[in-house]
Formats: sequence, structure tokens, C-alpha cells
Amino acid sequence: MSATSSLPVLPPTPDEIEDAGRRAFLRTAVAGGALAGLSGCAGFSMDEFLRKHFKELGPDELKKVLAKVEKTNKETWGKDTRVSATGPREGVEFGYGLDISRCIGCRRCVYACVKENNQSRQAPQIHWITVLEMEKDHGVDLAHAEVYYDPATVPQPGKFYFPVQCQQCRNPPCVKACPTQATWKEKDGIVVVDYDWCIGCRCCMSACPYGARHFNFATPTLPAEELNPDQHYLGNRPRPKGVVEKCTFCIQRAREGRYTACVEVCPVGARKFGNLLDPESEIRKVMETKRVFVFKEDLATHPQFYYFYAT
Amino acid sequence: MRPRFAVLAALALTALRAAPVRANEPAPAPAAAARPKAPEAQVQANSPPFSDGIFPCSGCHDPKAKVDLTHRRLQFHDEQQDVLKHGEERWCLDCHDAQNRDVLRSASGLAIPFTESYRLCGQCHGDKLRDWKVGVHGKRVGRWDGTKTYFLCVNCHNPHTPAWKGVSDVVVDGKRIVSPTLQLIKPEPRPKRPEEMRQ
Repeated sequence: MSATSSLPVLPPTPDEIEDAGRRAFLRTAVAGGALAGLSGCAGFSMDEFLRKHFKELGPDELKKVLAKVEKTNKETWGKDTRVSATGPREGVEFGYGLDISRCIGCRRCVYACVKENNQSRQAPQIHWITVLEMEKDHGVDLAHAEVYYDPATVPQPGKFYFPVQCQQCRNPPCVKACPTQATWKEKDGIVVVDYDWCIGCRCCMSACPYGARHFNFATPTLPAEELNPDQHYLGNRPRPKGVVEKCTFCIQRAREGRYTACVEVCPVGARKFGNLLDPESEIRKVMETKRVFVFKEDLATHPQFYYFYAT
Repeated sequence: MRPRFAVLAALALTALRAAPVRANEPAPAPAAAARPKAPEAQVQANSPPFSDGIFPCSGCHDPKAKVDLTHRRLQFHDEQQDVLKHGEERWCLDCHDAQNRDVLRSASGLAIPFTESYRLCGQCHGDKLRDWKVGVHGKRVGRWDGTKTYFLCVNCHNPHTPAWKGVSDVVVDGKRIVSPTLQLIKPEPRPKRPEEMRQ
């Protein structure tokens, strides 16, 4: 490129005009070739590559996108699945309560979640819930927390247990960090990820102060017989390699009015879930009558996930 | 006795289902919109099953027989007496009706059926009963916006040794419920360390 072309006051020379034309042609040709190449790839079509952001999809486009996921599921797992994209309900804001005076650290929630939400089982092993064993002497202190505790029985004397999962922040650092708007907060408070939009840069993971986001470093391992066929597009549909995932309050259940899988499995009833805007909901009763706190309050993430002591 | 009991049972059930009255505080509009379409209902879970062949108690205990009310160790019911650890100085007839063994008996002398044992528990553990009625204590399954099944005290606590130890799944009348165990439970496997995932 000649030195003069950077000076806007001078008109381009005929040589330069021809050059620019050639470059434009090459650009188009390369991009076209790339797209043509993409459309040839298994499971990745031109339509998908050029589709709009999830929030901009019209009803017909959305239907097409969901049908495509169902088709891919059928091809990959040989199973019929139901993939929905049920939206947030008017007047509903989800709230979650976890009674740390009751939790015994049995990890039933961890595995119920894995089963419900189609996480990768082995390598990578992805758990949306991490249960920390902490010492009663130190209180909630991450400097005295153990993830890999493995005693014969729980609870162990002198210990208490502190499960951590996505806190569904009202001020979510992960959403701010995402360069592609692949993750956002929905009206009912659930922070969701569009796995088709995620580029796997993991900025959100480093932004999250709760370690609640997990990356598919390899193709997820999920046995066909364990695939949960009731799926939500922004939730438990199977993920490809190279995307980030996280707890969605079991969006496929919560949006249909059901309790989350972790609430239903908890043997001590330490987990409470409901609508923060309904004064009769269990979560509101917790907020009104118990000692409630949020994790890492000083970071001003304003979680919709509350810890409390019932005793 | 019978009509009085029926009235009280009805009252207790009403109290359990009734929402706290807040006449002067109208619900905000969004909350009203959030009310479920389906009729909201709370369904009582089945109690855990009795030990085999133990019920009805009147099969052995003649309601007309004279009962020795002395606090003592009995020659039978070892299964219960061996584990009995409920406060201090508690014994069978503190909760079981001396004459009609098929029911429980409150401190005030009311007959309480086994299916409503939470009323008996609530005599001493009033704070827990209060929390349980609004869903803060104990466990509920089903829908957050509609029909939910609430577990009873006895689904998680063995009344003879009520300190929480563990629960196991059981099926009663085709419904999955939980029943208290006498041992602490084993935790599920710990997560893998990153280096273990690499192999």
C-alpha cells in the first residue's frame, strides 16, 4: 500500500481504485467460500450461522431453531426430545433459599442436577452445584472450605455444609463480561446462556465471583439412556464442546411451575424455591422470618439466591 | 368425645391451610397475576409405614383392659424402646393413648390419629410447627405455583428418636415418600479433581 492512501485529502489514484476493487472481490470470495464450507459441516448450516440473536427471533424462526435442536438430539442420541423455549411469566421473580443450618452435605442435589440438566458425566465432569464443607469455628469462610470432602457419613462433627451454584445475580458480572451477548438475565431473574451464541472465550467464568460457570473443555460425555428428554433451549439441552454452562434454576421445570430438581431431592428440606413477588410463597416466608444473607454481599452482585439459618 | 374431636380436627386443618390474614395490605398487582391457573392445593404425604403387623394396635391391646400407668421398661416393643431417645424421661404413654392404642393422645387428652401426628409434635415444638405450616421447615415437592405435597414430621424424624439422621425412599400406595433411618447417610461421590479428569 502506498503512503499516500492514508491521506484522505488526496483522491485515490487509478491504481489504488483497481487495487481496492480487487481486495473487495477477494474479501467477498473468501467469506463466501467460508460460508460454503460451513454449510457443508455436519450439524452446522448457513441458516444457523446467519441466524438472529435469540431475543430477536420471531415465533416462526424460533420454532425452526427448536425443531433443529430436536432433530440434532434425535440424530445424536436416537431419542425423541421436547425442546421448549417457554418465556418468563408475568409477575414472577424467582427466589431461592438455602438453609445452611439444615444442609448435611450429602451431595444428593449435585447428582440430581446433573441428571436433570444433562451435564457432561466424566471428562469433563461438570457439576453446577459445588458443596463446600466448612468449619463451624470459622463460619462462612472460603479460606477454610473443602470441596473434596469424602467421609463415610455426613454430617461430620464440627462441620457445616455450604452449597454454591449460580446466584442469579441482579447485577451479574458474567453478563457484563460476555463479548457476544450470549448470556443475559431474563425478566424472571434467571441468567441464561445461548449455547449457539457462546464463543467459549470464558470471560464470564473469570468474571463470576462464585465459580458457578463451567466450561465444556471436551465434547460432553452423556450416555443416551441418561438423556433427559424434557429440555429448554436456554437450559438443559445438550451442549456442544467449547461452550459455558451454569445453573438455570431448572428453567425447564421452573417455567412450567415445578420445583427444581435440587429442591425435590434434598433429604433435609434445606432448599426453598418460589416466587419472590408472591407474599405466600415459601421463599417470602423465609425472607420475612429468618436470618437471611447473600454470599459475597460486598461485591454488590445482588443475588436472587439467599442463604438462611432456620435455627 | 367424637364430635369434639371432629371439630378440632377441622379447625386444625383449616389453620394449616388458611393463609395469614392481611386485610389491610392488598396484594400487589404483579403477585395477583402470578397466581396459578391450576387450583392451589396442599396435599399431605403418606406417613411412613408401620412396622410389619404392628397396626392396628388394638389387635393386641384390648381397649377395655386395665392399664398400668407406671413409667417403666416393657417386656415387648424392643424395637421402639431400644432407640427411644426423645428428650428425657419420655415414655410410651406420654404420646400413645392408654386406652385406645390406635390413636395418639395430646397432653390435654385429645385423641389424635396417627395421620395427624404433627399436632402432637407441635405441642412442644410449636416454633417448628409454625415454620412447617408455611413451608419454611420441612420439605415440599410438586409445584411452586400449584399443587404441592408436604411431608410430615414423621417422614423425616423417627418420633422415638427424633434427632435427624437420614431418610430413605419408600413407596406407600404407589406414592414415593421418605421414611426416617436410624443411621447417618453416606454422601455421594466427591467431584473429580482436574488432574483426574485429564486421564
